[in-house]
Amino acid sequence: MSIEIRNLNKRFGSFTALNNVSLDIQPGELLALLGPSGSGKTTLLRVIAGLETVDSGQVLFNNEDATHQHIHERQVGFVFQHYALFRNMTIFENVAFGLRVRPKSVRPDNEEINKRVTDLLKLVQLDWLGDRYPHQLSGGQRQRIALARALAVEPKVLLLDEPFGALDAKVRKELRTWLRRLHDDMHITSIFVTHDQEEALEVSDRVVVMNEGRIEQIATPDEVYEKPANPFVYEFLGHVNLFHGRVHKGRAWIGDIEIDAPDHAEAEDLAAVAYVRPHDIEVDREPNGESALAAQIVHILSVGPIVRLELAREENQGKNLIQVEISKERFRGLQLEKGDRVYIKPRRLDLFPHLTH
Amino acid sequence: MSQFKQHSVLPGFNLAIGFTLLYLSLVVLIPLSAAFIRATELTWSEFWTVVITLRVLDSYRLTFGASFIAALINAIFGLLVAWILVRYQFTGKKIIDALIDLPFALPTAVAGITLTALYAGNGWFGQFLEPLGIKVAYTPIGVFVALTFIGLPFVVRTVQPVLEDIETELEEAAAMLGASRLQTFVRIIFPTILPALMTGFALAFARAIGEYGSVIFIAGNMPMVSEITPLLIITKLEQYDYAGATAIAVVMLVTSFVLLLIINLLQWWGRRRNALI
Amino acid sequence: MDMASITASSSHSPSRTRITQEPRWVRYTLITIALTFLALFLFVPLISVFYEALKKGVAVYIAAISDPDALAAIKLTLTATAIAVPLNLIFGVAAAWAITKFEFKGKNVLITLIDLPFSVSPVIAGLIFVLVFGMQGWLGPWLAEHDIRIIFAVPGIVLATLFITVPFIARELIPLMQAQGTEEELAAVTLGANGWQLFWRVTLPNIKWGLLYGVILCNARAMGEFGAVSVVSGHIRGSTNTLPLHVEILYNEYNFAAAFAVASLLALLALITLAIKTGIESKVSQQKGPNHEH
Repeated sequence: MSIEIRNLNKRFGSFTALNNVSLDIQPGELLALLGPSGSGKTTLLRVIAGLETVDSGQVLFNNEDATHQHIHERQVGFVFQHYALFRNMTIFENVAFGLRVRPKSVRPDNEEINKRVTDLLKLVQLDWLGDRYPHQLSGGQRQRIALARALAVEPKVLLLDEPFGALDAKVRKELRTWLRRLHDDMHITSIFVTHDQEEALEVSDRVVVMNEGRIEQIATPDEVYEKPANPFVYEFLGHVNLFHGRVHKGRAWIGDIEIDAPDHAEAEDLAAVAYVRPHDIEVDREPNGESALAAQIVHILSVGPIVRLELAREENQGKNLIQVEISKERFRGLQLEKGDRVYIKPRRLDLFPHLTH
Repeated sequence: MSQFKQHSVLPGFNLAIGFTLLYLSLVVLIPLSAAFIRATELTWSEFWTVVITLRVLDSYRLTFGASFIAALINAIFGLLVAWILVRYQFTGKKIIDALIDLPFALPTAVAGITLTALYAGNGWFGQFLEPLGIKVAYTPIGVFVALTFIGLPFVVRTVQPVLEDIETELEEAAAMLGASRLQTFVRIIFPTILPALMTGFALAFARAIGEYGSVIFIAGNMPMVSEITPLLIITKLEQYDYAGATAIAVVMLVTSFVLLLIINLLQWWGRRRNALI
Repeated sequence: MDMASITASSSHSPSRTRITQEPRWVRYTLITIALTFLALFLFVPLISVFYEALKKGVAVYIAAISDPDALAAIKLTLTATAIAVPLNLIFGVAAAWAITKFEFKGKNVLITLIDLPFSVSPVIAGLIFVLVFGMQGWLGPWLAEHDIRIIFAVPGIVLATLFITVPFIARELIPLMQAQGTEEELAAVTLGANGWQLFWRVTLPNIKWGLLYGVILCNARAMGEFGAVSVVSGHIRGSTNTLPLHVEILYNEYNFAAAFAVASLLALLALITLAIKTGIESKVSQQKGPNHEH
């Protein structure tokens, strides 16, 4: 099923949750809504589900207006952050719930319900837990049951609100890969909300980055990471270093570094901010003749195969440490130690004129 | 043998537990045991003839019957009152919420004479009911009315916090799975509040069977018709029939303790059922 | 199990969307039925106490409550309460301290025993003291020999009141102190506080509202107790009559205006109790508020 979101607006009192949001979702797509808390991502999900009404705008399912459709007519499955399993029912009855509450005329008979629930429990690999109660299950198991329960009513769309938010790091990683595989098998149009950029980038086909009720960028995970549309997306997705400089007629200056900026050929002596990812910075002991920034090593942190350096630029002592990531081999080759002076230059950067943060 | 008390660096245990046990023994346990010990002065058949005479049996029937119906009415309306207080907004809600506890705070004698005045033939309610052939004051119906009044807060106050704690998510989940509001109530909300509802019912029932002050004014106290068991104990006492009074008291006490046990089991069930996950 | 616990009516209502809200007509129907029930069983009786009290005019009202027998009843009620509440306060604090700050065997049995008076009929509460101290009681002959009167005298009234109100303060404090744990006290001990400093500076500030709540409820019950006191009092006018017993006597003498005048004093006490109780509850829920946001 395709979903079309047109100019949605929603306010809670003086708080703007959705500010003119428009979005197209392709059939069979797995879409991530990514943003900090209060960015409107959960509100958008709940509007699509029919749990929340909007002040203006439209939601279209397969080109049909569903804005005022009742929740029961939308054929939407919803997975809640805290599972929302029914405590007084067994796992089996939780999954069967959606079938049992159907009107008599369309309710499957007991045998059919049995079969469907058993199949779903097998699908989420928990068929041996049918007669347990929710409190006897681990968090990861509960979330898989919540998913099975949502799938039982054969939804055309699957919505997941921070599905892994309440789980610990290891289980979260496992469930992520598992969800991706499940989606590849089933191909239900799915939208999930997360504030974890790693999760969004790893699992989804496309990422929608939201901030303050607006959509900042819609793109594939690679695009979002490699070509962030604006400083917000840059800062939200992973660690990033900020350099203040100037840009003028296709050239940019940051401290002692001078580089080409072909995207900004028309710029006339503007202040600019440059964003550089920690792994896009080269470190050396000598300037090697090229233009480079001098800095001092303040901290060395070894994290598995990579080494994270924190550097202080010599012009602005101590303020705004620069984060750099290099491989352990490179680190050993340079024989770096705390307090050493090094020269750095960005391998890749993005310039945003005007925007001073 | 393991120790009676686990080690702790906090002071004052011996003083606190010593005073607690001494005070509780003197004020509650020793006097209460008097009832059981004095009852053993009777032989089994003497005891039996006291507690199953016709007049006593009629008083049980009235006391337990009216208490049961009153607790049932309170279960139904208490749930309704708790529901509107938790779920809906309306003017005066705060004051109404506060006044729910009135039967706890109002001395029972005051409740007794007030209800009697209301339901007597010339009272505010009685003047409308008596022409319809419904006599409330000085009949078993009056006993029921008084017991309903004094038991009113129990169900409201046990159900209210459980209703407040039900996550909206659960109801949304049910709605997303196609359940109507009624189905959500019957299958999700009601099972969740059932232990609290039954606890409230049992508390109201237990309170009602021992109630005296609010009932004696409105009951009329006609032997075999509108005479409650606690009153019978007083009657026997006034006739210096200590043994008879004690025998009936022991029956009442045993009933109360069984109810207390049931209430504790219900509360344990409720905690287990609604254990946070 | 008499009074609702302190947390019972902390009301927070999250905003509900149309999905988790009943249709308007259902809401209004339910509110109407519930309020009608409350009006018939609660509000009208409350109003009628004051109506009946003032029906014969203010002069009759004032005469009724300033009658010497009424004043004697007020005095006795205040005396019994002034003894029962402090004793049960000390008991409540001691029991709660032992139960919540230490681990020992038989704790649950002790908690049940403290609750016991709630499940005993007031009439039986009076009876057991007659069985111990009455003429045919265990200590009856000995007491008569030494000319000490307990039953049909003030000590009996105090004892019956004590029995009935034993659990009130303890059962407010136990859940409260259980929830607070022992961390703060342990921290104070490691900082060198002694027992009294620990209690006055660390524990008491944390439980003061729960304590006040328990005292208010205990006070209301002590002043209003009828059944238990009725059995042990002997109904001697001007001597062993508490306020509720005085109401009964006036009523049985068909002096309704006076009975309701005295009753209205007790009803006023009930209303003041509820007002203070509500005040404490909103104070406690305000203090708790910020931590309960999510």
